[in-house]
Amino acid sequence: MTTTTPLPEKTVPDPAEPPPSLLDRFRVPGAFLLGAVLLLGVAPLALSDFRLNLLAKYLCYAIVAVGVSLAWGRGGLLVLGQGVFFGLGGYAMAMHLKLADAADTGQTLPDFMQLYGTGDTLPWWWQPFANPLFALAMTVLLPMAVAALVGFFVFRRRVKGAYFAILSQALAAALAIWLVGQQATTGGTNGLTDIQGFFGYDLNDPVNQKMVYFIIAAVLLLLMALARQLFVSRYGELLVAVRDSEERVRFLGYDPAGVKLVAYVVAAGMAGLAGALFVPAVGIISPALIGIVPSIGFVIGAAVGGRASLVGAVLGALAVAWAQSTLSDAFPAAWTYLQGLLFVLAVGFLPGGLASLAVVVRRRRTPRTTTTTAAPTGGTA
Amino acid sequence: MTVILNQSFTGISIGAVLLLIALGLTLTFGQMGVINMAHGEFIMAGAYTTYVLQKSISGAGASLLVALPVAFLVAGAMGALLEWLLIRRLYTRPLDTLLVTWGVSLMLQQLARDIFGAPNVQTAAPDLLTGNISVGGITFANNRLFILGLALLCVLGLTLILRLTPLGRRIRAVVQNRDLAEVSGIATERVDRTTFFIGSGLAGVAGVALTLVGPIGPTMGTNYIVDAFLVVVVGGVAQLKGSVITAFALGVLQSVLEYSTTVSVAKVVVLVAIVAFLQWRPQGLYTLRTRSLA
Repeated sequence: MTTTTPLPEKTVPDPAEPPPSLLDRFRVPGAFLLGAVLLLGVAPLALSDFRLNLLAKYLCYAIVAVGVSLAWGRGGLLVLGQGVFFGLGGYAMAMHLKLADAADTGQTLPDFMQLYGTGDTLPWWWQPFANPLFALAMTVLLPMAVAALVGFFVFRRRVKGAYFAILSQALAAALAIWLVGQQATTGGTNGLTDIQGFFGYDLNDPVNQKMVYFIIAAVLLLLMALARQLFVSRYGELLVAVRDSEERVRFLGYDPAGVKLVAYVVAAGMAGLAGALFVPAVGIISPALIGIVPSIGFVIGAAVGGRASLVGAVLGALAVAWAQSTLSDAFPAAWTYLQGLLFVLAVGFLPGGLASLAVVVRRRRTPRTTTTTAAPTGGTA
Repeated sequence: MTVILNQSFTGISIGAVLLLIALGLTLTFGQMGVINMAHGEFIMAGAYTTYVLQKSISGAGASLLVALPVAFLVAGAMGALLEWLLIRRLYTRPLDTLLVTWGVSLMLQQLARDIFGAPNVQTAAPDLLTGNISVGGITFANNRLFILGLALLCVLGLTLILRLTPLGRRIRAVVQNRDLAEVSGIATERVDRTTFFIGSGLAGVAGVALTLVGPIGPTMGTNYIVDAFLVVVVGGVAQLKGSVITAFALGVLQSVLEYSTTVSVAKVVVLVAIVAFLQWRPQGLYTLRTRSLA
């Protein structure tokens, strides 16, 4: 396309508007506190062990959505390969837990390796994961390192828009295919299953499951706070500027590649952490959880909820994950249609997601066109 | 020596399949900038068209010949409908077309599941296309030769349309400068829809060809879609010859790597090679020169 995309109008604070009231100033910390109370206080009391465990799983998707909101919503980088980083984090964690489980029963090899009979020695790249600190560090550092490597080459040469989206998607496909191919050392299609312990705690014990839930909820809240700080920082402004007009930012003397790289790497780290926490909550990590389809799934929630709004993206991810598991069991066919339709309507007709619904409705009611909120575009190609 | 020749024929035939499925995308993605994830489902539609026609027309050869134009029309009509319903609202947001059409592709897959059932189905190949031809120790599978011929025919046809017909001139004009084309009296909206019709129709033709080499199922489109996009990305937008060269190059690379390593390692190496290639030529192999900054 040679047409230039029209630049979204900038939000300029209306001088006629009154200064923010006390209520407005405490809106963000207040909402954060409310979320913390709901997640850490109300949910564990109100939900059964089974449902709390499900919620823990959804919260892992929400953690990925925080990164998606940063990279895509703010940075305009359509990250379609978050499954790669989710998978790297998940496998790093699962490899350690499998080794720990094996050590508990006096074995040197994880159960599936004995099954496939590939010899008695652990592959060299499995060995460091016996160390819990190394494994924990790898859940975040490995995805970030891969993202840094890919991002460096891709952004430096100004590969952007659709090209970046397709490359990131191909990356997810490649990792999933590679994992399936290396059955003897990665568990192949099955992945790493049947994880029993979590750093010395028995995962079959409901009390320990609850502990895992609390860890996940705390990490989500922490990362949301971190992302919020990034959004309001100078860096956050720069990221939005790169999304809306990369050339202009370049002419001003900044390096857009570096700005995008940071967002991509941070989002990757968040996805890796989410994958690592997913493993004790669900007890499994497999290629089916990280290929193209789940990778797009990570984006769906954020798109439906509102990509540019942090809370919108997180709530969207939770809602879609919840709808997926409740509706897809009862009406698998109807759910697929609904999921497709939801996606078409949300992205096609409500690009700001459900988070922008209030704004859209308000604007319809009051026909005033002087100040328009910049609608998040998908970034210029 | 024969091993090398046989292996390169395998590569060329992989390339022919890649070329067929990527050809439609060269129009809709390469020329129009629309990322149509439902392209894979148009391929599926073409394959199921072949399946349905074979049930009603006796003789695998006859039904295959009828299926080619019918699949083109069926998939093309689906594409034109999609363009009219959704995509024309999204020309200023190319990335969002990816997500919207992904939603459409989910629905189309489920539709196929509801109509034809979830398990894969198979069509019978005509007798003429089941055997092999052996020339000087090299074995050519007939169905692969047919696909190669079909791919080259489609490229030739598309090139002739784009180069020689008034429609092709209008398509190229819209691609190079939409605004100027509009003020020159070209009905750009109609050109967009026609371009989409042809691009999607070519996906249908690819679907017919794929019934000769594999099973037909609701998820068959997803298996090919990423590869097809990679071909267009590496080939460079708006140039047919880029896609042709890339498809065959990737096919040969893939088959050589598969021979020396495994299928999964080959996939990963091909991807690394693509990223490395984009370092050298970020805009792809061939690109239309414009004066725009982007």
